[in-house]
Amino acid sequence: METFIQQIINGLVLGSVYALVALGYTMVYGIINLINFAHGDVLMVGALTSWTVVVAMAGLGLPGWLLLLISLVAAIVVCSILNFAIEKIAYRPLRNAPRLAPLITAIGMSLLLQTLAMIIWKPNYKSYPILLPSEPFHIGGAVINTVQIMILVTTAITLAGLMYLVNRTKLGRAMRATAENPRVAGLMGVRPDTVISATFVIGAALAALAGVMYAANYGSVQHTMGFLPGLKAFTAAVFGGIGNLAGAMVGGVLLGLIESLGAGYIGMLTGGVLGSHYQDIFAFIVLILVLTLRPQGLLGERVADRA
Amino acid sequence: MNVKDNKVAVFIAAGIGLVLLPLVAQYFGNAWVRIIDIALLYVLLALGLNIVVGYAGLLDLGYVAFYAVGAYMFGLLGSSQLTDTFQTFKDMFPNGLHTPWWIVIPLGALLAAGAGVLLGAPTLKLRGDYLAIVTLGFGEIVRVFMNNLDAPVNITNGPKGIASIDDMNIFGLDLGKTHSLFGFDIPKVTNYYFLFLFLVIFAVIICYRLERSRIGRAWMAIREDEVAAKAMGINTRNLKLLAFGMGATFGGISGAMFATFQGFISPESFSLQESTMIVAMVVLGGLGHLPGVIVGALLLSALPEVLRYVAGPLQQMTDGRLDASILRQLLIAVAMIGIMLARPRGLWPSPEHGKDITPDSLPVDPHAHLTPAEQIPPTVTSIVPTVK
Repeated sequence: METFIQQIINGLVLGSVYALVALGYTMVYGIINLINFAHGDVLMVGALTSWTVVVAMAGLGLPGWLLLLISLVAAIVVCSILNFAIEKIAYRPLRNAPRLAPLITAIGMSLLLQTLAMIIWKPNYKSYPILLPSEPFHIGGAVINTVQIMILVTTAITLAGLMYLVNRTKLGRAMRATAENPRVAGLMGVRPDTVISATFVIGAALAALAGVMYAANYGSVQHTMGFLPGLKAFTAAVFGGIGNLAGAMVGGVLLGLIESLGAGYIGMLTGGVLGSHYQDIFAFIVLILVLTLRPQGLLGERVADRA
Repeated sequence: MNVKDNKVAVFIAAGIGLVLLPLVAQYFGNAWVRIIDIALLYVLLALGLNIVVGYAGLLDLGYVAFYAVGAYMFGLLGSSQLTDTFQTFKDMFPNGLHTPWWIVIPLGALLAAGAGVLLGAPTLKLRGDYLAIVTLGFGEIVRVFMNNLDAPVNITNGPKGIASIDDMNIFGLDLGKTHSLFGFDIPKVTNYYFLFLFLVIFAVIICYRLERSRIGRAWMAIREDEVAAKAMGINTRNLKLLAFGMGATFGGISGAMFATFQGFISPESFSLQESTMIVAMVVLGGLGHLPGVIVGALLLSALPEVLRYVAGPLQQMTDGRLDASILRQLLIAVAMIGIMLARPRGLWPSPEHGKDITPDSLPVDPHAHLTPAEQIPPTVTSIVPTVK
């Protein structure tokens, strides 16, 4: 029972990170039908920026939570500018090009960001300092620490805020209209280019937040750290129904739960034949099952084939 | 000399050039021949992926999984790995399992094709982007299994990989040894060069014939508009499966070649980066256009290798931050973005039919020679009120 509650907690924390990153994927995909391969690397840049700020300001004697907040703001600013520039340089000129062209520039961007990060920050693993008190709280035999509580609370607030932004504000309405049909949205007085830029900036801010939380939780940062969360988050977005915000959130959290429960119990279920290092394949097995049984994703609507 | 003779002459010259190339490169060191060999392997992979992505328009981001299947097939059946693990095998084959290539390669190709069809069957009715992510996931699953199948039973030897894989032995001619021909020494790398060259030419012929066949035209119809293709009576599901299986076969054979050429395989060689690199070769060169694909593969595989030799001083200048492998990655990344921005359809795309009519070639006005009075008055398209 303790294992169960513990794995649920771990799964929720992991799922929160996935959900935040998945939102970035799903918003971009919903509007311009592009798998933004570089999104996971934006997360990595966020985490590394935050690490740099924390290490640089460590001597000032600021309290840990303030340091974390400052570094988070820095990461959000850097990532927003970065993603804004990426869209302008690599995706916008190719908006009417063959479908695979922007995908290749996205893959190229991902590679470029990783390489530049390797040059700027050197390729070794860097340990992320512990900034929040680390005494664990006990819940029914399972433990949860301050960082994990912070992750859950921040994610919940952010998701609520994003839902408000998309469903209640003028920008949100413009985003939904552009996703529906950019040309008609343009006729209604929406500027698709501005909306697309705004989408990339919001996605980058979410990725930066996820990156800082990921680094704070796992305690290490490196230039390839964005790859797996990025891949999983995209899986989560497809799982929930790509282009659907609520779907990305549900998909992210569910995927986190499936992964951590799977990793916790696979050894027991198979009598030790398969160990927890098979954690990474659960996501993809789930994905293949979902796509076979319910191709539109959990919350997605049926979309006409536009192949 | 007419055009046909010219073509034959070009073919003969190219043939002689290709035969002499390794002998010249060998003169500068076997490392250069090795680079050419690897480049040829990539050409083979890119040709296979081109069937899936270029002809049928199915984005496959896990292509390297089929490459891995072929490589591990050869690795397991052509080394002492299995006999070391299983005592029963050891009793059956006391000298180690040295299965001849004419069993292993068809087996590897078959297994890869089977994996392709198995993977394709549930996913091919989905939209393209879903297919991309499922294939990507499949590639990762294969890699995770290769990495972890060393316990509890040691099958793949995990991250340490499988070493001392047999060389090809074609009817008594051992490709792993240096042979001497007319006083020339022909080392291992050159032997493999000729093998790979043969395979590439064979693959090009297959692709060329496929492109012009009923199947190839059906693939392109599916790529352009699947609904319309279906309406024309094309069995889209079976043809997409066929494309997937065919591409996977090419991947499996290249993998087997890679295993025997390197003599060592480990999961590291089959990462996602490798898959995206092959996709990049195909798209960069020109989707669905054979010369373009070959150019793309050669460019992305060979150019960075050449760069490795000039990067030494650079590394010293930049305090070790920029070494050859980083520079190579940087170059590939910038090339991928730059070429796509400048030429979204690839470096050497297939000619577009019906789009080369420029305004100049439109027929001239047939009444131009007549005096204005004789000309038919132009049709009235708008009436402008005249102010008096």
